[in-house]
Amino acid sequence: MIHFVLLISRQGKVRLTKWYSTYSQKERTKVIRELSGVILTRGPKLCNFVEWRGLKVVYKRYASLYFCMCIDPDGNELEILEIIHHYVEVLDRYFGSVCELDLIYNFHKAYYILDEILISGELQEPGKRTIVRAVAAQDSLVETVKEQTGSISTIIAQASK
Amino acid sequence: MNPFSSGTRLRDMIRAIRSCKTAAEERAVVRKECAAIRAAISENDQDYRHRNLAKLMFIHMLGYPTHFGQMECLKLIASSGFPEKRIGYLALMLLLDERQEVLMLVTNSLKQDLNHSNQYIIGLALCALGNICSAEMARDLAPEVERLLQFRDPNIRKKAALCSIRIIKKVPDLAENFINPAASLLREKHHGVLITAVQLCTDLCKVSSEALEYFRELIPDLAENFINPAASLLREKHHGVLITAVQLCTDLCKVSSEALEYFREKCTEGLVKTLKDMANSSYSPEYDVAGITDPFLHIRLLKLLRILGQGDPDASDCMNDILAQVATKIESNKNAGNAILYECVGTIMSIEDNGGLRVLAINILGRFLSNRDNNIRYVALNMLMKAMTVDAQAVQRHRATILECVKDSDASIRKKALDLVYLLVNESNVKPLTKELIGYLEASDQEFKGVLTDKICSLVEKFSPEKIWYIDQMLKVLSEAGSFVKDEVWHALIVVISNASDLHGYSVRALYRASQTTTEQESLVRVAVWCIGEYGDILVNNVGMLDIEEPITVTESDAVDAVEVAIKRHTSDLTTKAMALIALLKLSSRFPSCSARIKDIILQNKQSFVLELQQRSIEFNCILQKHQNVRAALVERMPVLDEATFSGRRAGSLPTSVSTSTGTAHNIPNGIAKPAAAPVADLLDLSSDDAPAPSSSGGDFLQDLLGVDLSTASAPPSASQPPKGGTDVLLDLLSIGTSPPAQSSSSASDILSSIQDNTASLANLNGLTSLSPLSANGNSPASPAPVMDLLDGFGPSPQKNEENGPAYPSLVAYESSSLRMSFNFSKQPGNPQTTLIQATFTNLSPNVYNDFLFQAAVPKFLQLHLDPASSNTLPANGSISQSMKVTNSQHGKKSLVMRIRIAYKMNGKEVLEEGQVNNFPRDL
Repeated sequence: MIHFVLLISRQGKVRLTKWYSTYSQKERTKVIRELSGVILTRGPKLCNFVEWRGLKVVYKRYASLYFCMCIDPDGNELEILEIIHHYVEVLDRYFGSVCELDLIYNFHKAYYILDEILISGELQEPGKRTIVRAVAAQDSLVETVKEQTGSISTIIAQASK
Repeated sequence: MNPFSSGTRLRDMIRAIRSCKTAAEERAVVRKECAAIRAAISENDQDYRHRNLAKLMFIHMLGYPTHFGQMECLKLIASSGFPEKRIGYLALMLLLDERQEVLMLVTNSLKQDLNHSNQYIIGLALCALGNICSAEMARDLAPEVERLLQFRDPNIRKKAALCSIRIIKKVPDLAENFINPAASLLREKHHGVLITAVQLCTDLCKVSSEALEYFRELIPDLAENFINPAASLLREKHHGVLITAVQLCTDLCKVSSEALEYFREKCTEGLVKTLKDMANSSYSPEYDVAGITDPFLHIRLLKLLRILGQGDPDASDCMNDILAQVATKIESNKNAGNAILYECVGTIMSIEDNGGLRVLAINILGRFLSNRDNNIRYVALNMLMKAMTVDAQAVQRHRATILECVKDSDASIRKKALDLVYLLVNESNVKPLTKELIGYLEASDQEFKGVLTDKICSLVEKFSPEKIWYIDQMLKVLSEAGSFVKDEVWHALIVVISNASDLHGYSVRALYRASQTTTEQESLVRVAVWCIGEYGDILVNNVGMLDIEEPITVTESDAVDAVEVAIKRHTSDLTTKAMALIALLKLSSRFPSCSARIKDIILQNKQSFVLELQQRSIEFNCILQKHQNVRAALVERMPVLDEATFSGRRAGSLPTSVSTSTGTAHNIPNGIAKPAAAPVADLLDLSSDDAPAPSSSGGDFLQDLLGVDLSTASAPPSASQPPKGGTDVLLDLLSIGTSPPAQSSSSASDILSSIQDNTASLANLNGLTSLSPLSANGNSPASPAPVMDLLDGFGPSPQKNEENGPAYPSLVAYESSSLRMSFNFSKQPGNPQTTLIQATFTNLSPNVYNDFLFQAAVPKFLQLHLDPASSNTLPANGSISQSMKVTNSQHGKKSLVMRIRIAYKMNGKEVLEEGQVNNFPRDL
């Protein structure tokens, strides 16, 4: 089981946090501070695994972003690396060559995608195409609703003229 | 429309924050935005609510407080449109956690959304529920989720399944409701649903044995669906379905042995074939990762094979070929390939023995170990640790490489490698490996030194072939990383040195030499100071010189110098200084020529700001000045410390529910209590009487031993605490000489003689410590102002025989054919709740009882404090006594009751007697 997912920029800014095990807001801040201290200071050639509080944190750096997932100590670390990569590839497909700015300005979209990949720390969907399709469907639903309300409000506006 | 909030869009706010040059600027922007959002909230602005909340989420991620927006989440969720709900649920998961009360308010909205006609809204609600559901919500919403497990859309079904996992984890009672729907989910064809269904079933089985039973019964049925037509699932082209099918099998096998058998029989071959097809399959773009078709599936197949092969030679045999094929064929230049190899090696290690495959696997690990990619080296070390249990010999071959990894620049790898080396060490290779590790101690960085020191110390203790080697290695560690050595480790070293009488000279000389060159390692200095204090004469006279030693000339004043340096160095902490002070006292008797100088040094500490040191130096000064006659006896060399007791103490640091004497000591917060398990330890214990006795870890053993009571300072002042000062025992000890030996029952005369004739049996010495409790019970004079006595030069201490409370008849509390225990009661005046009990054990047999131990347990309304017994050996037809104190919080309402256990050895055979004492006088 994945306990939490963190995206931290090289400067230590948090770009995304997702908690599947229970951590209070205070603990969350503490965990983020502790882990970014450990992970950001590690050199580029070192391994991607950190043992932390009896758990294992698997992290990988993509450009300026660190993707971190915390797993049980007996999990397959290399597989988690692949899951991280899976997420990155879906992001890439969705945004079209994703960069940190996409994740800053559209942070909510990054969350939506993650919610389609993992629920309560378990892998929900292995197919990239399925995930992108599910998120896109919801996006278009939002658009339609917006258009509708837009048109309704114009109708009302016209009617009230 | 709110004029403030309409100002900026989310994008503009993010841009504004990002353009801030300083943290102060950023704070200003955030403050302004937060103010606008608060204003919008108070105006109940609806149009921009979701935008405001999105802003708040961003602000939250920057680490600013956003609690004021929590209610907005609920409002958004309660609104009707999908876009609002989508943001609302996202914010709910981000801004709140399951412990917050506000969460309760969302339950109703969730319920409505779970019943919504729009499947995406249901999806949102399920996702939120799956991620933050609390126990209360689980109870309220379980029926909805349960119903959704049968929803027409597979996306909802799989989300509902994962959501159910969370629910049953929170409220295991609900598990039974989910068993049926979960079972039907397992018949799904949609792979996403399957994955989640499998997970749900596994978790159901974990929380409920009932579910486990149910699924066991389902197995043949399930197998029909998933295994028997291996064609339909395992030969499935759609990898998603395959993965989930394999996952399902794996989890079923974990859950039930019957499933395991079934799968073994029916599908090992099918799986092997699938894996073979996979390994040989042509390129498929959708699942290709770095030239390998679906590594996820590979890994899961291998995992399942591992479970099937474990403990079954036939199944293992069946998969040999394909494992060999995977192990040789998969390219190891990419992570995906290595992930498969890693899994494959794990499988080979776990299935039944096949020599050739094992060699192959160990070779792969060897290759991994020399890989330049640190990830690969890390997992190699990880796997080698598992391989240790299978084939330690093969792992030993890589010892050199593993040792190199201990010196790696990567902390994760270093730690793993060290763990592995720790496993690798045995009697035959402990010397070279320890040499390597100690050699590396010098070069390692500060953070790693602690762990490394720990491991080395534990290795040296565990495998040391001879004492001199142990002492040598510990000395090296102490000089190199003494500040990282835990207290109990150097305590153990002292115990070992004390036991090795032929090495006293060697140890004290080596320590002296080391302390001359290294002064900043606190624990080295402590051990050195202790040894110099104890064996100063040996040091000076070069007694017991070994052949390997270089001769060294140390004069008496050199030895005193060494201790003086320790006491004067400003970096020395209290413990070191206190130890040095005691060492000086000891040396004053060993080196009469230096005694004047020692007195000077001791006197200098009279001005110490630390109460402990000040008091000690005054006391020691008194001894030096006025009590030459007892000094020599006082500072005799410590009797050999009992290794067994020490290690027992180290091991038995867990408090027990039975109130053994140590247990009680532990329980009484302001303790008049002291740990009684180690009689020797209390020998010089000047002050533990008024210290809260800490839990009986090894640490306080030596503390007691040295009589340095560091905890007095921190002990909370309390009315019930006896006069502080820690001098009681010393005083008693000293005053014995002058006070008339009038008390027949006190063991004072005992002590005196035992010290003087120096045949001190531990038991007699132990009487020392029982003195103060005795003096409290009225048989011997209570001396309330010991310090005064000490200072006014020993007038005979006033004898106040205090009036005892009403007399109680003594009672035979327990009697068996071999042993009688009788109790004498007395009360302290003014304290009716507390009863002092003097237990007398009489040996009714003609055999000697050794290792005599009396334990007692009392109900909660009683508090029991046991003093040590007068001896742990009960001579034939003889008797020993032990005093205890019982405080009855229900005095007058309930009478005393006690359960007892007496253990001893008779003719080497352990005897245990147990009983209950109900016949206490009623009004105790």
